[in-house]
Amino acid sequence: MKPPPFAYHAPTQLDEALALLERHGDDAKVLAGGQSLMPLLNFRLSYPSALIDINRVAELSYIRQENGQVRIGALTRQRTIEFSELVRHQLPLLYEATTLVGHLPIRTRGTIGGSLAHADPAAEYPTVALVLDAELVLQGPSEQRSVSAEEFFVSYLTTALALNEIVTEIRFSPAPPTSGWAFEEVARRHGDFALVGVASVIDADGEQCRTARLAAAGVGPTPVRLRAAEDILMQQGVTEQSIQHAAAQAAELVEPDSDIHASADFRRHLTQVLTRRAIQRALERGQEQGA
Amino acid sequence: MSEPNEHSRTRAITLRVNGTECRGQVEPRKLLVDFLREDLGLTGSHVGCEHGICGACTILINGEAARSCLMLAVQANGAELMTVEGLAHQAGEPLALPGKTGPLHPLQAAFWEHHGLQCGFCTPGMLMTAYDLLQTNATPSEKEIRAGLSAVLCRCTGYQGIVEAVQAAAETLRARREGE
Ligand SMILES: Cc1cc2nc3c(=O)[nH]c(=O)nc-3n(C[C@H](O)[C@H](O)[C@H](O)COP(=O)(O)OP(=O)(O)OC[C@H]3O[C@@H](n4cnc5c(N)ncnc54)[C@H](O)[C@@H]3O)c2cc1C
Ligand code: FES
Ligand code: FES
Repeated sequence: MKPPPFAYHAPTQLDEALALLERHGDDAKVLAGGQSLMPLLNFRLSYPSALIDINRVAELSYIRQENGQVRIGALTRQRTIEFSELVRHQLPLLYEATTLVGHLPIRTRGTIGGSLAHADPAAEYPTVALVLDAELVLQGPSEQRSVSAEEFFVSYLTTALALNEIVTEIRFSPAPPTSGWAFEEVARRHGDFALVGVASVIDADGEQCRTARLAAAGVGPTPVRLRAAEDILMQQGVTEQSIQHAAAQAAELVEPDSDIHASADFRRHLTQVLTRRAIQRALERGQEQGA
Repeated sequence: MSEPNEHSRTRAITLRVNGTECRGQVEPRKLLVDFLREDLGLTGSHVGCEHGICGACTILINGEAARSCLMLAVQANGAELMTVEGLAHQAGEPLALPGKTGPLHPLQAAFWEHHGLQCGFCTPGMLMTAYDLLQTNATPSEKEIRAGLSAVLCRCTGYQGIVEAVQAAAETLRARREGE
């Protein structure tokens, strides 16, 4: 089908975009890469009276290092992130996850801010933001606030973003250089949304585990931080046995639904298998970093 | 609330398609692929699913492959596009005109040679996706080709011929670069 009619605005300044959003209220939609919103419009599942196209707001597109963080403008394309040397070195997990987001022609247009604001629980970026303790900068007409990824994801396709706010920046703190990382997922076809995905960032020294961070995608209404599984690794150290333990615990922590793609049981099983793989892969990479 | 007439008011757009400057007058909700097909007569880009899954509408936007069903024509104002019609490019000649062809691009020749198509519905998307794949990775492995082409669905060929065609085209392009 074709999109329903809407008023179209293409501001070039963030201020202008915010004023338009304020003026049009909850009838308006921000249009970023369009890789989630355009299908909804084409299928008439969404009827915004106005579209505020932020693609010409150049100030929202950048990747830079500041205060020990890597800061990424919300409009930065997934493709730009994929080919960024800075991301590859400082945020290798974000790089790895990016290669799993749809296909290259999708990443040409799709943005990091759009993926986070859309908040599909099976998407890679929300899970990466959660596991890396990222902060999102939300800009309203008069105020700016920063929220953690944990606070940002509220429910299925629902975030802490107010109707008059735009995500402007995502702030990542790189993991210590001795850390390893992994994004492990199972999807039906290459480029499809994952049935389940697990992200890990682990900083270990031999069997001693300094920090372990784990999060899962596709297993509930939001991405899930697997804290009790992290605790097992941090308290028991990383051994064959504690890894099995942590993976079993991860499967206990999630409450997946059944849908046409997979049953809840299968998703729970995948959570266990993928958690184990994500821990092992992170440890291998951590050793390579240390070597 | 927005004015009702704001919705259907058409906009003037100017863009370059296959090296030729094109102008159009479009309703904001007109999809880029429909503008190419209906307003410019460039029917090489196909419309399969209109939600980004099938890849038949894939074109190059400022040199990078993207879905033309997930973009509005107004968003392409000022952009440089290449559609499948632009692949068979006779050096120096403008190619936006429908029905006008040049010699086949090495990718097209390889698809012909290696049975990379049957009904041809997916072919424009396969070609443009493969073009982008080869410009980001000049020597892809078979696995990388399969991963890259998973962006486009083909209901006919079983993909084998397509993968072989892209491998062959990568060789031709490499030989051509080395010859330069
Ligand atoms: C074929 C296909 C396969 C895909 N596969 C995957 C996959 O495997 N994994 C995955 O994670 N994603 C996948 N996607 C989705 C893709 O990553 C989208 O790019 C992403 O979900 C949305 O980003 P966008 O920039 O395209 O946003 P849009 O589609 O423009 O917007 C999405 C939503 O976010 C809002 N929004 C956008 N930007 C902002 C902002 N800065 N501030 C406030 N609100 C904003 C919009 O109003 C809208 O509600 C796929 C998409 C397609 C078409
Ligand atoms: S028509 Fe655009 S991807 Fe199918
Ligand atoms: S050749 Fe028929 S769909 Fe690919």
